[in-house]
Amino acid sequence: MTLVLEQLLNGLQFGVMLFLLAAGLTLIFGIMGVINLAHGSLYMVGAYGAAFVAAQTGSVVLAILGGLAAAAIAGMAMELVVLRRLYARDHLDQVLATFALILIFNQGVTILFGRQPLFVSVPPALNGSVQLLPGLAYPVYRLAIIAVGLLVALGLYLLINRTRIGMLVRAGATHREMVRALGVDIRLLYTAVFGLGALLAGLAGLMAGPILAVQVGMGEQILITTFVVVVIGGVGSIRGAFFGALIVGLVDTSLRAFLPGLLRHAMTGSEADALAAGLSSMGIYLLMAVVLLVRPKGLFPAHV
Amino acid sequence: MKLRGLLFGIAASLAAGASALAQQAPVKIGMITTLSGPGGYLGQDIRDAFKLAIEMEGGKLGGVPVELTVEDDGLKPGQGKQIAEKMLKTDGVKILTGIVFSNVAGATVPDIVDSGALYVSPNAAPSNFAGKECNENYFVVSWQNDSLHESAGQYATNLGYKKAFILAPNYQAGKDALTGFKRMFKGEIAGEVYTRLDQTDFAPEMAQIRAANPDVVFQFHPGGVGIAFLRQYQQAGLLGKIPMVLAAPSLDSTTLNAVGDAAVGLHVTSHWNTDFDNPANKAFVEAWTKAYNRVPTYYASQGYDTALAIASALKATGGKVDVPALRKAMRKADFASVRGAFKFGPNQHPVQDWFALEAQKGADGKPVLKTVGKVLSNHSDVYAKDCKL
Repeated sequence: MTLVLEQLLNGLQFGVMLFLLAAGLTLIFGIMGVINLAHGSLYMVGAYGAAFVAAQTGSVVLAILGGLAAAAIAGMAMELVVLRRLYARDHLDQVLATFALILIFNQGVTILFGRQPLFVSVPPALNGSVQLLPGLAYPVYRLAIIAVGLLVALGLYLLINRTRIGMLVRAGATHREMVRALGVDIRLLYTAVFGLGALLAGLAGLMAGPILAVQVGMGEQILITTFVVVVIGGVGSIRGAFFGALIVGLVDTSLRAFLPGLLRHAMTGSEADALAAGLSSMGIYLLMAVVLLVRPKGLFPAHV
Repeated sequence: MKLRGLLFGIAASLAAGASALAQQAPVKIGMITTLSGPGGYLGQDIRDAFKLAIEMEGGKLGGVPVELTVEDDGLKPGQGKQIAEKMLKTDGVKILTGIVFSNVAGATVPDIVDSGALYVSPNAAPSNFAGKECNENYFVVSWQNDSLHESAGQYATNLGYKKAFILAPNYQAGKDALTGFKRMFKGEIAGEVYTRLDQTDFAPEMAQIRAANPDVVFQFHPGGVGIAFLRQYQQAGLLGKIPMVLAAPSLDSTTLNAVGDAAVGLHVTSHWNTDFDNPANKAFVEAWTKAYNRVPTYYASQGYDTALAIASALKATGGKVDVPALRKAMRKADFASVRGAFKFGPNQHPVQDWFALEAQKGADGKPVLKTVGKVLSNHSDVYAKDCKL
């Protein structure tokens, strides 16, 4: 029982990480119509920014600010220099240009920091684990990630549904041309949304630093899953990104955690493990296929 | 008229110069390796060590001038295959090396050896090329994949562990790893998990390990993923509780540095370590530290040994790129390996000793790997008997 609970927590934690990435990606796609493959690079920039500042100053607060600033600045620069020229172009051009950005970011980081993965320690205040239930000790740091992710989700909800900027974002996602026709400075809105998306990706990256290895190419590993989340949730919808991320996180984790055990009832140990490994890596893609069959626009589509 | 004569003279002298150059043209060596992505530092160390061996001889290997071309496969089998094709067909390279990952090797090596060129592996050695499908043009200087993990299995048995939980990524080298471990481990397997090759978060696996409560954990996660695994093992509170036996790829000196003090006490098995007491190794470690100012990984030692092996063959043929003659010279393994004793078995894979290492606190506070004993002597691989060469 505690094992099931622990795995659910793991799924939740994976889900909120995915949400932070997917929120930015879905906003950028929904509002600007840009497919940004380089979103994973912003995640990497956030992680490297925080790792670098942490190594130089030893301060957790400065490291967080450094990571966020690095990602947001990189994101806005990316929008101003490259993407602004691509809004009117076709998706293929955008894919090509943002793929080039991935290569440029990866090589740039390699030149600056080298190929050796960087080491970031867990902030001392969040080290160790807490006893949630008898027999269920869970790392404090992962609980903190869940808390931060849920807070960000709440903040985004309020921002999108309760503020003027949010109104513009919503309007931009559903009636882009009309917003422009009403005289809203759409360029400023685009840069702001892109900066926000980059900031969230950077936040995910810097939080991932102490758990995963901070290394070149870390963004691409998670980007594909993030796209699955966006597609399942419905392109352009923050709510969709949130539920999509939690569903993907929980499904992926549960399959990995429980499928080998279930299959072991039916067949011998190593065969069950091999089959389970194969099935669980297909799991989220199967899920995506099923969702698309039933609801072709995703669970919570923004453009109805 | 005068001008034309002058031009003719210049052209003639240029042509003469070019043909003189052609006679002394350095032997081309092609290196296909992984330099980008999370596995990038593995290829970097192999490349840097290979270059170091060339520099230590002043641009030569075995007294023969060589020209090294390095290309990045990006850990993509298709890309490795393309690079190999270009090197073989366009550049006419006859000696190739460098591949780090078994999946890239799987796609690339058959093309190379079938085209009549020589391939000398500094790392990846999947089981399918070691047995029935062995090839006379295919040499491995590192180890056969399974051997790394057989030594870990043997060591876990030696340490008296009875119940092991084992994990590896779901690809050829991962399967070789678990097979190798199980072959030599005498105890019971409490759980066997194949992770995804691109997986970086192991929280669900940590929970499974805790639930299975084994005596020992064995895992194979090379490069950056290994760092993530060990750190998460520590964060899950398993590190002091359940001991871990690892093969060299899961804890090299780079990952050790990144994991930090948490690694102290981990058991590692390897065929080489920085503290090996032989002249070749001392010279290598000293030159490496001077040139690159970092601790060499075992990938570096393999890159260096590969260069020495090729040097020994080139020396024997006097620089002539005659593949059958090179092959014959290569089989003798007439070079001073940084590992000490080294020879090729019947399938042209190494026969070598395996050692137990332990991560200990070093003099400067940073953890280092110390050699603490021998695990296997003159160890070959089980596939050698199926190889008819």
